[in-house]
Amino acid sequence: MTRVHDMGGRYGDGAVVPEDEDGPVFPQDWHGRALAVTLACGSLGQWNIDISRHARERLSPQDYTRFSYYEKWMAGLADLLVEKGVLTAEDLSGGGSDARHPLADRVMTPEAVARTLVNGGPADRDSNIAPLFEPGDAVRTARPAGNRLVDGGHTRLPAYAAGAKGRIVRLHGCHVLPDSSAHGLGEAPEPLYSVVFAASELWTDPEHPRDEVVLDLWQSYLEPA
Amino acid sequence: MPHDDHDHPHALLPPDPALRVKALETILTRKGLIDPAALDEIIDTYENKIGPKNGAQVVARAWSDPGFLEALRADATAAVKDMGFYGRQGEHMVAVENTPEVHNMVVCTLCSCYPWPLLGIPPGWYKSDAYRARAVREPRKVLAEFGVTLPDETAVRVWDSTAEVRYLVIPMRPEGTAGLDRDALAALVSRDSMIGTGLAVAP
Repeated sequence: MTRVHDMGGRYGDGAVVPEDEDGPVFPQDWHGRALAVTLACGSLGQWNIDISRHARERLSPQDYTRFSYYEKWMAGLADLLVEKGVLTAEDLSGGGSDARHPLADRVMTPEAVARTLVNGGPADRDSNIAPLFEPGDAVRTARPAGNRLVDGGHTRLPAYAAGAKGRIVRLHGCHVLPDSSAHGLGEAPEPLYSVVFAASELWTDPEHPRDEVVLDLWQSYLEPA
Repeated sequence: MPHDDHDHPHALLPPDPALRVKALETILTRKGLIDPAALDEIIDTYENKIGPKNGAQVVARAWSDPGFLEALRADATAAVKDMGFYGRQGEHMVAVENTPEVHNMVVCTLCSCYPWPLLGIPPGWYKSDAYRARAVREPRKVLAEFGVTLPDETAVRVWDSTAEVRYLVIPMRPEGTAGLDRDALAALVSRDSMIGTGLAVAP
């Protein structure tokens, strides 16, 4: 059921290596370029954040593992540009036309950058789906973790938290459902909650009896427990 | 259906990462789909204008202004927006406060979600497989790799950022800082202390 990006709880990755806080934001020039090209292409309006996340998740496990962070971004972007018909395979191979593109009037100008970054893209929406839970309620997550609308599709319930019993700590209002939005099936907003789980509910050998993990989970991922 | 064909368009670009980015930028620029000057502006924004100094101002104010702390608890998005901090990857903010009983720590196991308007672009370790895999299962071992050891009476609460809500850790105010003004307090607040892999340091 899972994809390679869903790595929470995995064994075998080795140490985390802290970095100097005064170090460069982009250790290589091309890192900043990769981030900027990705943000600028987002302004063409051909996909949303859920579609772009899923494009990275759909990289083959071999590519996902061997690519560095911004290589994943570039690969996901190149794949999306072709899938959405913005570019052709011939373009990527260097043999395409240089003619002005029909979407060129949507290009992000330098003057628009500050406004675009400040505006952001809020995910909260009005919804006619009423909250079923309130803080303190016991809930259990779906099992197995997976998209119920599209086989192999995007979801934000990590495998490590599937079938686990937790407790609602907060209602965030109604947010766009990534499982639907990532596949062009509409925003389908529904209540989103912070749900706390005892570490002992998730792991065979928790480090401390009172440690906890909190996840943000949509109502359709949850049932009363 | 997701497109799981193995004829990946990205494989058509040059294999070297820097050349791959350059090739894509060139193709898109020639067609008028991106403006290189806009890319320069985006990079300049995150290299020079938006970074963890923003978050440190929020923490210092939370430490020293009880009214602001209440506002932050009630609606962190609105409270930090009033300080001028709002935007992409910070549209829905929640502040989580460290206490002697609970230490908060933030991760995104599924990708690399991070509060950009307050902390900027995440450091490499935050985006690493090791941090994403281990922070939820063995946060205390990860903390030890940052030189942080918590007392036994402190529980760890790890926030896995699985939605568009972004979390800012408010570290505990260090002892011996009663007389410091807000700028001096902000200087004690490291980036890692606002992710929860570090502590604010005494002067």
